[in-house]
This record gives sequence, C-alpha cells and structure tokens, in this order.
Amino acid sequence: MNRKAVLRALGIVLVCEAGFMLPSLFVAFHYREGESAAFLTTLFLLLSVGLPLTRIRVRIRELYARDGFAIVAFGWLSMAFFGALPFVFSGTIPGLVDALFESMSGFTTTGASILPVVEGLPRSILFWRSFTHWIGGMGVLMLTLAILPLFGAGSLHILRAESPGPSTGKLVPKIGQTAKILYGLYVGLTLAEIIALKIAGMSWFDALIHAFGTAGTGGFSNRNASVGAYGSLAINLIIGVFMFLFGMNFTLHYQITRRNWRFVLKDEELRFYVAMVAGATLFIAADLWVNSLFSPGPALEHAFFQVSSITTTTGFATADFHGWPVFSKVTLLVLMIVGPCAGSTGGGMKSIRVLMALKIIRRELVKMKHPQSVHTVRIGGRNVDDETLGGVTAFILFYLVLMVLAIFLVAMDSHDLETAFSSVVACLSNIGPGLSVVGPMGNYSGFHPLSKVVLSLCMVIGRLEIFPILLLAMPSFWRRVSI
Amino acid sequence: MKILIVGDGKVGYTLAENLSREDNDVTIIDKNPEALRKAKENLDVMCIRGSGVSVSVLLEAGVREADLLIAATSSDEMNMVVTLTGKKLGARRTIARIRDPEYANELSLLKLELGLDLVINPEQSAANEMARILHYPAAVNVESFAKGRVELVEIRMTGDEPIVGMKLRKISSRLLSPILIGAVERDGDVVIPDGECDIRENDILHVVGRTANTVDFCKAMGKCELRIRNVMIVGGGRIAYYLVRMLTNLGLRVKIIEIDRNRCLELAELLPGVLVIQGDGTDADLLQSENLGDMDAFVAMTGRDEDNLILSLMARKAGVRKIIAKVTRMNLAGLVESLELDSIVSPRLITANHILQYVRGIRNATGERIEALHRIVDGKAEILEFLLQERRWYLDTPLKKLGARKGFLVAAIIRNTEVIIPHGDDVLKLHDRVIVFAKTRALNSLDEVFRPGAAP
Repeated sequence: MNRKAVLRALGIVLVCEAGFMLPSLFVAFHYREGESAAFLTTLFLLLSVGLPLTRIRVRIRELYARDGFAIVAFGWLSMAFFGALPFVFSGTIPGLVDALFESMSGFTTTGASILPVVEGLPRSILFWRSFTHWIGGMGVLMLTLAILPLFGAGSLHILRAESPGPSTGKLVPKIGQTAKILYGLYVGLTLAEIIALKIAGMSWFDALIHAFGTAGTGGFSNRNASVGAYGSLAINLIIGVFMFLFGMNFTLHYQITRRNWRFVLKDEELRFYVAMVAGATLFIAADLWVNSLFSPGPALEHAFFQVSSITTTTGFATADFHGWPVFSKVTLLVLMIVGPCAGSTGGGMKSIRVLMALKIIRRELVKMKHPQSVHTVRIGGRNVDDETLGGVTAFILFYLVLMVLAIFLVAMDSHDLETAFSSVVACLSNIGPGLSVVGPMGNYSGFHPLSKVVLSLCMVIGRLEIFPILLLAMPSFWRRVSI
Repeated sequence: MKILIVGDGKVGYTLAENLSREDNDVTIIDKNPEALRKAKENLDVMCIRGSGVSVSVLLEAGVREADLLIAATSSDEMNMVVTLTGKKLGARRTIARIRDPEYANELSLLKLELGLDLVINPEQSAANEMARILHYPAAVNVESFAKGRVELVEIRMTGDEPIVGMKLRKISSRLLSPILIGAVERDGDVVIPDGECDIRENDILHVVGRTANTVDFCKAMGKCELRIRNVMIVGGGRIAYYLVRMLTNLGLRVKIIEIDRNRCLELAELLPGVLVIQGDGTDADLLQSENLGDMDAFVAMTGRDEDNLILSLMARKAGVRKIIAKVTRMNLAGLVESLELDSIVSPRLITANHILQYVRGIRNATGERIEALHRIVDGKAEILEFLLQERRWYLDTPLKKLGARKGFLVAAIIRNTEVIIPHGDDVLKLHDRVIVFAKTRALNSLDEVFRPGAAP
C-alpha cells in the first residue's frame, strides 16, 4: 500500500470536510445560535489534523486498486468521526456512539436517526445533519477529483471504490472532467428542487433541508412527521419526482442534457427501474384502497411517494406505512433490498445487479435443459462478460451474508422480528426508516450501543458497496508485502 | 483535443499513454476486452469495446466531435477503412498506420484518396533511424533537425575522452567548432547543464551543432575512426526489408539471418544482391561461422526483445564495434541502460514521438509551428524544433534579456542557411527555426520558455 499517498488523500478529505462546515457555521451565525462554538472547534480540529497530512510529500504517484480502496474506506470512516463532533460539542447528542450513528447515517445518506424529536433542535445542527446527506450522496472523493487533479490515472480506482454500481464507467475520457460533470448535474438538480419547493410554499430553510435530503437520497427532515407534516400535494409530488430523478443513473442525466434520447430510452436498467416503481405504486395503491385506508386519489399519491422514497433509499414519509397492510409492507421491504439504478446517489443492491441476477437465473435454467448450450447475458444489447457477472453474484451473496449476520446481532435487543429485520435492511440499504419500532414515526434511540455500532457499520458497508470496508478487516490488506 | 484511437495494440497503447498525459481527451476503441482492461486500469482514457469499422461504435465514441482519429489496428486495410469512415462521419483529421511495403510505394495516392492527414509506418521510421545511426557510427544516436542542417548526436563518455572531468565553461573555449552540449544524461536522469556542470564518465552527452561541426566534435573525442562497410542483421522482418534497401543504396554490404524459410525466399527475391542466410540467429555457432567478429556493425531485430538484447551482448563480446538492438517494450529501457548497449531503437516510441509532434503542432495556434520533436531518457526531456511564422513578443530581443526559465535551453537558431549556437546577445527573428531543450513534458509554445514581462 502506498501509505504516504493514502495519508495525503486523507488529509485532503479532512480539509474538504472543514470547508463543508462553513455553511453550517454561517447558519449558526445567521440565527445567532450558540452552536457556532461547536462548529469552530471541529473546524479547528479538522484543519490541525488535515493540513499537516496534506503536506506529506508523495514520491510514488501511481495508485493501485488497493490504495483506492484504502483511501475511500479511511476517508469515509474519518469523515463520519469528525462529522459527529459538532453533535457532541453542542450537546445536542451527548453520547459519542449516538453522535457517530447520526453522523454515519448522514454521510451514508441513510437518514436513520436516534433523535426522538427533531423539531426545536438548533437550526445549525439540523442544517449540518442534512448537509452531510448532500456531501455523502455524490461522495467527497468524487468532489476532490473534480477540483484537484490529485493522482493521475490511478484516481479511477478511487472513483470506482466510491461510486455505486457493478462497472463504473466514465462519461468523458478524463476522470476530472467526468467528476465535474457529475457534480454539475448534482448541483443543478438540487438547485431546481430548492426553487420548486420554495414555490410550493416551504420556507427557504425547509426547502434546503429537504432538497439536501432528496439529493443525497438521505431522508433527514426537520419535522417529526417528515414530509407528511406539510400535508401538501404539491410538495409531495415535487419531492416524489425528484427522489425518482436522483435514483436514476447520472449518466442518463448527462445524456439527457446532450439530447441523446435514444441512449436514455434504450437503457435497460432505467426501464426496469421505471417498471418497478410504476408496478409497486399501482399494487400498493390498490392494496390501500381495497383495505379502505385511503380513497383512490390519496392512495395513489401516498403509494407513489412511499415507493419512490423507499426504492431510491431516501426514507422520507408522508404517512406511517408501518400501519399499512402486510402486502404493502412486504412490497416496500423488497424495494428496500433492490434499490435504485447504479451510478445514482441511492443505496441498496441496485437495479442493474438484480436485473443481471434474474438473467443469470434464466441462463442457468436454459443450461439445465440444454447442457451444451452457449448462452450470453446481454444488457442493453451488449454482452456482459463473465467476470462482471461473477462480481454481481458475489456481491449479492455478500450482501445477504452480511444482512443475516447483522440481523443476528441486532436481534439480541429487538422486541420483534419486524424491527430486527427491517432495521438491518434499512441501514444496509441506506434507507433509514424501517418498520415497527424503527418505522417512519419511530427512531433508533432504543437500541443498545452495540446494535448502534453494528448498524452504523452496516450503513457505511452499504454505501461503499461492501468491499472497501470488508477489505480493511482482512489482515493481509495491512501487510506491506501483500500475497 | 479529442482524440480517438482505434486499435489498442502496442502502438495504440503507447500513443494513448502519451497523449492522455498531455491533457488530451483520449478514447480507445478495440474489440479485445483483455487489451482494453490494461488501458482502463492504468490510463486516464475512455475505452469502448467494439469494432472501429462499425459506424455505430464510431458514433458512440464521438467521432463527430473528434479532432483526430488514429487508426492503429494490426491490419492496414482495416486502418484505411476506419479512417475513411471516420473522415466521412466528421473526424477533423485522420492518421492511419500503413506498413505493408506493397502499400508504402503508393502512399501519396492513398493519402489523397482516403483523405489521410498523416500516414505512419513505424517500421519505415525505425529503419530510417537505424540507417542514420549506421551512417554515423560514432554516436549512440543521431537525430536531424532543420531538414538535416543541424544534427543532434548522443555520445557516451567512456572515460578516456579529453573532456571528462572538465567543467562545461572550459570545454566550450577549448573546442574550435561551435557546438552546444544541450543535455547530459546521468544515472537515468537528465540535466540541462550550465557552465558549472562537469562531465563525468558514463555520461551521455546530447550535442547539437551543424552537421560538420558535430563530426569534428566526435573526432576530437577520438570516436570517428570507424566507417561501416559490412552489416549483419538478425531477423528479417519488415524493418529489415526497409533498412536493407536503404543500406544497399548507400553501398553497404549486408547479411541477413532469418529463421523462416519462406520469408528467406521472399527476402532473397525482394532484395537482390543481399546475402540471405536461413538459420536460427540466436545460435552462437551460426553467428561465428558467419564471422560475426569481422563485422563492422550488427543489428538485432528479431521479434523478441530478450533475444535482441542477448544477441547484442554476444556481438559486443565478439568485438563488433557498432551494435543496434530493436527493443519494443520500453519498460525494459531501465534495464537496457545498465547493459550499456550503444543504440536502442524502438519503433513504438518513434511512432509515438511522430504523432505527438503532429498533435502538438495542431494544438499550438500561436504562430510557432513544431517541426520536430525528439524525446530522450524515457520522455524525461525533449528537444523541439520550432518554426517562427508570426511576430511574437520575444522576437528581436537579446536572449540574455529574455531570460530562459530553468530547465529550458535555446540550443540553436537556424536563420536561412546559417546555424547559430546562441549566446546572450543573439536574437530570435521571424522565420527562424529554433531548437529548444526542455526538461518538462509537453512544451507547446516558446511562450513557456521565456519569462513573460522580461521583454522591454
């Protein structure tokens, strides 16, 4: 491992995080809140650790795959740690484990909270909580790649380790340029949503909070009842549609800006994603209507919002879906695991992987019937090579194994099966609210610290798609000579 | 600049590596996923899997906005089709690798008909370079600038030259003919020397001067007693064919050893008057029986780099004075350095230099055209020839006032037929050709050489 390069990159990440504190600090000053001291202290700590690290002279500039993994894993862990400090210093969340949980939940865009009541908390703290969503959505390292030409061609390994999806491609030949385009789209869509929400009647502050929550597909709100508190059709539709957009692959957004409609319409993952959202919305609306919880109109509205929120792994809620019929709840649970498109800001397994897995299953079935048959898996008319397919199978397997392990650990202090199962799924897939105790109107404060640590790890494992964090646990990863 | 490269082979990869390093947007198209994987992992380029002849693949790669399309697949015909299609689809400029001797003779017609802007023939270029080295045996390597009026020679200091141990300041006063030592290669690194730099054993000097003067310099170093009359070549590939044709025209006697019987017959037919021997060139007995020791020069260019290096060592042991080895994989360059072999020729690198020169020439719109580009020591330093076509701020100002930045050196000015080795009082004039040593990568314009604001 190229330790010097990894440490230097870590320093840059920390200095960037110090920069990210500035808006919250501004909010604290603007509303004349006492929390500015907490932010200033954290800022000072970040700079005093980060700046010396950025001064490290890196002799070997080449980065290899494992350096990329190490940078991403350490970067995210340390970011979450420092991000937790304002909560602790300000006294809003005194316990370190709780603060770490909240910060991790923010950066990984999970949106699971240990705060029973958020209304009445200092605005700067609420702003910081939601801003971590926005940073974590596209990724800090991606941002550093966009601004600084850090490490020549090796930065692709960083990009790959940080951004979700089985095969990370580039939009344009240069990585720096690709990162700039992605961030440009991200900022543009976020601004559009802020303005739309303002027009629909939110205050600027609320619009910012909810736009950040949507953009990163996080789900922190500054209302106890989440988006449901506004009771406005316009707001529900705006957030619902934007959640859907942020759950799309950003490559598609880029092609849309270039008016390359054929590319967008031909995209097989998008078709799968649209079909999944539309189908689930219809099923759940029908279920709600049949069980006479809502009349047809509101049933469609709430079903669409919830499906969009859960599929994109955002976790906003307009209604307490824990009280919904079992069929609807199970549908939502399935959507939690599948997740949105690769290359979006969402979590979960990603539609493309599920789509590939379904095609692998079909191939295996054909092989049973005709053992000598040669059958390739095609996505969008292109062959997917066996290595990618193997990677997808391994990923799904890992995902399930980790899920089962975490459920074991969390089950020790859960009072029902739904809580144990859904809390793990909601954290691993970066959604936030699950069912029962951790449902949309509940929270995670009742868990034992051990469960909180396990769930925090689930979040970062889910956000970084398992491998970077898992590699840290391998002894051979740390050895200088890795065999 | 947006550059499309079709064919991710040896040449394609080297090109992508060098072009992407110089801040071009490079997209590679190839059918073979294994080849693409390496490029994807190591280079900051975009890779597209597919056939470069396919219109839809070319469109996906953005051929419409491409400033340059380079076809470097293994097949000449494919390259022609790719460039033809690319040009029709809107690629601004096209370069094709065409290397079959059958086509090489009708190049001008092909260029015109296919709308090609440049044809590269790595084998031909390598043969040219080898011929130049054989023609000038005292030097490790020779490069010509300004249409042959100025030469750049590389000379290795073996320790018994009169200038070893002297400071550069003193050397220039001792020499009668005006030459300039523009770069010193030492322990795998390059120094752009100043007057205080001293010459040590095992340095490789890069000397610029008028052709006659560099010859004088070599004589003064005691290196010019050799004239080559007999050449032995091992490996009868395309380079051998081009090289032998040039050498026989110069009146040299050539012996080729080639292992493949059919190829031997072909060569014998194509090259009358040349001795073709069928046999394994790596067999020491065969080389001895073909009196290797009595040869003036030996060229190792089999398909395997390792064989070429070992053959060169064998030839040196046998007492051959001038040895050239073809080395394709330039990551062996570090190793080659330690073997202290004289001359290494890499077709890949020559091609890459050629295209880089062309690309920088396009990018540079400041009225100085890059006429030649030569890179030394694995690209750590480069020597460029600029042609000043327009009035620029640094013209007509004495060089000492312009104050060249560190790491740059104005090595020669060619004005009409006159070659000036510049001193502080010399000036640059319109239509001059200027040869510059630069220790950076990717020098595009003379603006970067001088301190802006230095001019009055």
